[in-house]
Amino acid sequence: MLIPEELKYTEEHEWIRVEGEIGIVGITDYAQNELSDIVYVELPEVGTKVAKGERVATLEAVKTVADVYSPVTGEVVEVNEKLTDDPAIINSDPYGEGWIVKIKIENPEELEGLLSAEDYRKLIEEEEA
Amino acid sequence: MGPYIPMTDEDRKEMLKRIGVSSFEELIREIPIEARFKGKLNLPEPLSEYEVKKLLQEIAEQNQRLTIFAGGGAYDHYIPSPILHIMGHPQFYTAYTPYQAEVSQGTLQAMYEYQSLVCELLGMEVANASMYDGASALAEAALMALRIRRKRNVILYPENLNPLYKKVLLTYLHGQEDQPVEVKYDHETGMLDLDDLKSKLNENVAGVLIQHPNFFGVLEDMPTIAEMAHEAGAALVVHVDPITLGVLAPPGEYGADIATAEGQPLGLPLAYGGPYLGVFASKFEYIRQMPGRISGKTIDAEGNTGFVMTLQTREQHIRRERATSNICSNQQLCALAVAVYLSLMGKEGIREVAEQSFYRAHYLLDKLAEKGFEPAFKGAFFREFAIKTPIPAREIVDRMAEKGILAGVPLSIFGMDEDVLLVAVTEKRSKEEMDAYVKAISEVAT
Repeated sequence: MLIPEELKYTEEHEWIRVEGEIGIVGITDYAQNELSDIVYVELPEVGTKVAKGERVATLEAVKTVADVYSPVTGEVVEVNEKLTDDPAIINSDPYGEGWIVKIKIENPEELEGLLSAEDYRKLIEEEEA
Repeated sequence: MGPYIPMTDEDRKEMLKRIGVSSFEELIREIPIEARFKGKLNLPEPLSEYEVKKLLQEIAEQNQRLTIFAGGGAYDHYIPSPILHIMGHPQFYTAYTPYQAEVSQGTLQAMYEYQSLVCELLGMEVANASMYDGASALAEAALMALRIRRKRNVILYPENLNPLYKKVLLTYLHGQEDQPVEVKYDHETGMLDLDDLKSKLNENVAGVLIQHPNFFGVLEDMPTIAEMAHEAGAALVVHVDPITLGVLAPPGEYGADIATAEGQPLGLPLAYGGPYLGVFASKFEYIRQMPGRISGKTIDAEGNTGFVMTLQTREQHIRRERATSNICSNQQLCALAVAVYLSLMGKEGIREVAEQSFYRAHYLLDKLAEKGFEPAFKGAFFREFAIKTPIPAREIVDRMAEKGILAGVPLSIFGMDEDVLLVAVTEKRSKEEMDAYVKAISEVAT
């Protein structure tokens, strides 16, 4: 299972990659594997303001529907339109082409409260145990 | 063991033994004595099957058999015999919700056929497996309009909407941030007041609800209303009388985003108001915001055609409070009846029922006009119309019942005009029955 070192994680299995004031958000390899085949992604409109922990997108898999919560507070500046036609990209490349939204980070201090790769690995080990 | 009591004393003993208690008393010992009912239940003595049948027959015989000219949402159309025959198959009427596709192919295929027929009838791209009735289907359509236009929060609904549907709609919208706003009708034509509609359309309106024909039976100017709603960026929700689609343009043709109907006229008995059927269809692009369930056609691992429930992941048993709708079931036996009705009638049959109803309703109004009964509205109608009555309409209904005729729906029962009677005519009403109606109403109204 992939848990890239350079990313920050949430307990709800989202990751965020910080590039300047923009945070790119997706779900982890573990999460996509638990959901299995993702068949539909409901994306927010660009310009939507979200608070940390608030729903920013919804993923529909064959047997369940899961919400994606924003790891930070900010404004949605871009959504991954490719997912509309091919939601399975999240399954095949969760940390790359399968990103979901880009958020303009309002409060960079929030990032400090997120999990490191090490913390996240421990979290999963506990969940698996 | 009686036919309706599935277990014997022996069965009971065995079950108690299996779970490790010696008696029924021991099984319920956790229930405090004070909380238990001690007297004798107030029930009549048991009856044999024959005695029950006789009793029910006696009750049924107290019914008065009337020639029905009442509508207001439920109509007395002919129900071809094969419908009850097919509904009577226990494989259909005892079937539980088809969660397990491999043992539910019959039910799932019936659902799929029903959906396909509804799409054809309404001219829409996708239909769900049905909802409880016309009123709940329309209210669900309002909620769906709010989902597909999520930045808007106003629902415009017509004043000339069936008052019962209005109650259900307002109940659904009650307590939410969304605002229902009523659009007036023109009291001369009975049609929606387009100026009032225009003045209420703005960038906050998520959906425009229209009943066509409206509650008074009058046809609305759908192409114009559709254009106005879409120009304002609102979703158009049209509630139709399905029989009229044998002749009138279907909602899909004038661009309805969501179409609903009461399915009762399509092969279901009047049955004192239910169970009926909520017909619900939409444009394909909104499928994921649609309430209810859908049966889909697919192929299995071996390449055989099969049917499965789809979009279930959005229903309550998986999504809980985040479900698309609180309705995650459907009215399957009634949907089956409608599917059989539509297949039996075919395009020609529905057209004939629609035409017959149309011509007969117009014949009756002409005859009534000859006797001096004025139509309450000038707008064009299909198979239901409102007339002005010289005495309270309710009295006419009471007096006509004595002559074996159910004269119509007096608007006063909904708190509207005392002197207006809503009259509906179906293909079942013969010329003799209509002439008898004119004679009877002329007698009682003077």
